[in-house]
Amino acid sequence: MLEKALKGSRGYWVWIAFLLAVVATGFFFYLRQLDYGLGVTGMSRDVSWGLYIAQFTFLVGVAASAVMLVLPYYLHDYKAFGKITVLGEFLAVSAVIMCVLFVFVDLGQPSRVMNVLLHPAPTSILFWDMIVLSGYLLINIIIGWVILSCNRKEIPPPQWVKQLIYLSIPWAISIHTVTAFIYAGLPGRSFWLTAIMAPRFLASAFASGPALLIIVCLILKRYGRFDAGEKAIQALSKIVAYALAVSIFFVLVEVFTVFYSGMPEHEAPFIYLFAGLEGHHNLVPWMWTSAVLAFAALGMLILPPIRRKEGLLAIACIAVFVSLWIEKGLGLVVTGFIPSPLEQITEYFPTGTEIAITLGVWAVGFLILTLFYQIFVAVRSGIDGVRHDEAAANMKD
Amino acid sequence: MTSNRRDFLKIAGASALTLMTPAVFRPVWAQDITRIPGQSITPAKALTAKRWAMAVDPLKCRDGCVDCIAACHATHNVPDFGNRKDEIKWIWTEPFAAAFSGENHAYYGQSIQNMQLPVLCNHCANPPCVRVCPTKATFKRPDGIVMMDYHRCIGCRLCMAACPYGARSMNYRDPRPFIAKINPDFPTRTKGVVEKCNFCEERLAKGLLPACVLACEQKALVFGDVENPASEIRLALGKRFNLRRRAHLGTAPQVYYIL
Repeated sequence: MLEKALKGSRGYWVWIAFLLAVVATGFFFYLRQLDYGLGVTGMSRDVSWGLYIAQFTFLVGVAASAVMLVLPYYLHDYKAFGKITVLGEFLAVSAVIMCVLFVFVDLGQPSRVMNVLLHPAPTSILFWDMIVLSGYLLINIIIGWVILSCNRKEIPPPQWVKQLIYLSIPWAISIHTVTAFIYAGLPGRSFWLTAIMAPRFLASAFASGPALLIIVCLILKRYGRFDAGEKAIQALSKIVAYALAVSIFFVLVEVFTVFYSGMPEHEAPFIYLFAGLEGHHNLVPWMWTSAVLAFAALGMLILPPIRRKEGLLAIACIAVFVSLWIEKGLGLVVTGFIPSPLEQITEYFPTGTEIAITLGVWAVGFLILTLFYQIFVAVRSGIDGVRHDEAAANMKD
Repeated sequence: MTSNRRDFLKIAGASALTLMTPAVFRPVWAQDITRIPGQSITPAKALTAKRWAMAVDPLKCRDGCVDCIAACHATHNVPDFGNRKDEIKWIWTEPFAAAFSGENHAYYGQSIQNMQLPVLCNHCANPPCVRVCPTKATFKRPDGIVMMDYHRCIGCRLCMAACPYGARSMNYRDPRPFIAKINPDFPTRTKGVVEKCNFCEERLAKGLLPACVLACEQKALVFGDVENPASEIRLALGKRFNLRRRAHLGTAPQVYYIL
């Protein structure tokens, strides 16, 4: 099936070339980081995690969201998702690969990464995160590939894959729960020290992941000659609406506890995020953008007439994705370090090198996603009888 | 021809066996013992304890004195990059409001507000950094010292997120060019690993007190076995009111501040 990724339109190859260029640029800057050390980034003694770990956290959510397609189809026999569960699984695969890469580029001594296996530490949540993430990667590669192969041969998938699919449902929940536990179990970081962290992660993941899938489906429909179907997209948009509502609710619940209890340690990071603290307000415009986008998108998604118009739905989904990316990909990780345990406020500005490496990793993920979706569309058009040679999964144009 | 070959094989086999024998049947007393020059295996004069701890009496500190910091950083090859972002420090001073933020209020006079307290790794009895380390590169010894294995650390910095005292530093770049004078008795670090105070375990092994304790002319730092009822530190802690930083977090810090 792999050979199908080698056939595509001009737009497809331009997109691939563009991604490869971004990957190459990122790799060039990674070599600089490897040579100099993590000092090329904006991370500091006080803010010791930045863009890399934040992207990792956000993308674990995108990976986990595949379950929002798998669960309705396999547990509730919701037929409309039948064609696109594979899209969810391939999205999960590329998201997990990005997660692993983001953790890897964040390591000070990447050549020693195997120490995690050589000296396993079961008390470390990072150790468990490695286990659940690699397991999830494997499960989704197998499921996605076997299902697609069976689709191509137009035979029903083997029974053992069904078992694996059932396993993938709780496993998806586990990856984001364990990732939340990395943060939620640290005694000195009041911003993260909350039991609602894992539920919040899951709610925002089930909004941002399906939102990305809707965007991809709309792109595939327009440029890739693959139609996921009105019913599937509308069902996905309802999932995004509910998950977004729950996600906003969880944040407000957190805000109540923090401010009504009035504990300074818990208040300070929230004040920093939304109002600025002692003259430091780096993230304030970002966070308000995120908040406004979240509420605007919710308004659009809960009104069926708006949700049903594809153009408006696309805008709402982009708003959801951007809003939640800001919340998790910018705000959540950095603010855990502000103020520092010694009451210092050190702000964090990612450097150009760091941004180039970050974009490089995203490009790797999109490259893998594009190749998978190209194969997927080629296989599907074979089944659906759409003209084969023009079935190009063009992600951009 | 045939018998020759057989003889050859016999001899070859016998030789191979003799080569293997010493490795397999080596008597215990003949085995090499790795010796570090100038150091016996269990140094008779090593200082030992059930639980090492430190008491800080900041009221004794001279204004602007940095003797403990200078001694520690020179002993342990701590680099000075000259910027806050990459800064590495094992022991340093903080105002009362920063070290004990929960205990601060507006009515403390100038003398208390201006007080500078030495802060360092608290060598917690329940250390979150040890719990979170994915490679056991940071670990707690039976005598309570929380240590780093600089050769195992992968530089993930989860320990820095876990430490509620900000006691840990990351080598964001190669530290060696920034060490004023390299002390050959202590290893320098490589870029990409985390480091922190080690309660001078390398000096304790030689029977010496920690460098900061010896450097303090005011005797503001008391170091000893907190589990020994007759030790100086135990007497000091029993007699005088003292606090530990953020003790409510359950980390059981082992640096006590006599106030």
